[in-house]
Amino acid sequence: MFKTKTPELAPVGVAAAAPARWQDYVQLMKPRVMSLVVFTALTGLLAARVPVNPVLGFVAVFCIAIGAGASGALNMWYDADIDIRMRRTRNRPVPSGRVQPSDALGLGVTLSLFAVTIMILAINLLAAALLAFTIVFYAVVYTMWLKRSTPQNIVIGGLAGALPPVIGWAAATGTAPLNAWLLCAIIFLWTPPHFWALSLYTTGDYAKAGVPMMPVVRGARSTRRQILVYSLILVIAAVAPAFTGLGGMLYLAVAGVGGAIFVGLATILAFSHAGDVIEDQATGLYEVKTGVKAARNLFAYSIGYLFALFAALVVEALAHLPALTL
Amino acid sequence: MTTPNPFHESEEAAKARRMRSIVMAVLLAGFVIMVFIVTITRLGGHVADTAHL
Repeated sequence: MFKTKTPELAPVGVAAAAPARWQDYVQLMKPRVMSLVVFTALTGLLAARVPVNPVLGFVAVFCIAIGAGASGALNMWYDADIDIRMRRTRNRPVPSGRVQPSDALGLGVTLSLFAVTIMILAINLLAAALLAFTIVFYAVVYTMWLKRSTPQNIVIGGLAGALPPVIGWAAATGTAPLNAWLLCAIIFLWTPPHFWALSLYTTGDYAKAGVPMMPVVRGARSTRRQILVYSLILVIAAVAPAFTGLGGMLYLAVAGVGGAIFVGLATILAFSHAGDVIEDQATGLYEVKTGVKAARNLFAYSIGYLFALFAALVVEALAHLPALTL
Repeated sequence: MTTPNPFHESEEAAKARRMRSIVMAVLLAGFVIMVFIVTITRLGGHVADTAHL
């Protein structure tokens, strides 16, 4: 079931390298991913619209952030053999040799136990159970299994990134109702178009590392078509909170306008030739050749779109704006 | 007079290790404070309630 790790590059982390700085351990926790997780978890916590003790609310979001960081460390520990093959990831602390793999593993396990334990003691069992499930799902199901086995890796694995608002909601209320899972569904459906748009112009890297991303396995044309299909489903799901007593007028406006632009960009991408020629010269996520700009545009826009959707819910909750009753 | 380095490590490595130790100490102190505040918050008004004593 589990694909073996790349043998010719192991062991990693033994090259002579600069000594580990404390910032390297922060980098292991994928701070950019953590910031997105904090934001979506906070949205879930606030969108529940129940009084929450600010101290306990902070601790809940803190635990979710640490849990996400722990998942990141476990991912970097296990994936060091493929990270070293990709430009985007070869300077990470483990493949570059600054942090020993065992240290990354130790950090991940310790932080996982810390986050779940504090969540049990300070918040509630449901939130802790969901957090534990998220960590295991990301570290074991996605990283160790799906990522190296199937082009559906980020589709199924996206569940781990989609759960934080449900954990936030559960931390606030002790329950996980339909509206919480709707937020989860939005992130879940957002993940494929977001990551496939990125992978369309980093195909060379993924192919070199042997990661079966969709453009590598099925080709760019099929990927662009699937991005469009997922985008259509996403924008419909994103409007749904306005009909389930979760979102208000502001949310509906953001979801409507933002969704139309999203589908527009996905359509432009579908009719483009992005990814047809494997890119091997791109140096960063946003520095790409003209042919793949449609993919880069959708990738960049998708981040702003998700942020705007959740920000609208946060604003409505903080301003006590009423949800629509349609 | 310089302090002998028991780890035979470079100055850069010693500095990195010192900084890691400082950050670890700060994090541990933060953890203790967080547990204290959470405990007080969870107990709430019951901390000062001596009526049952």
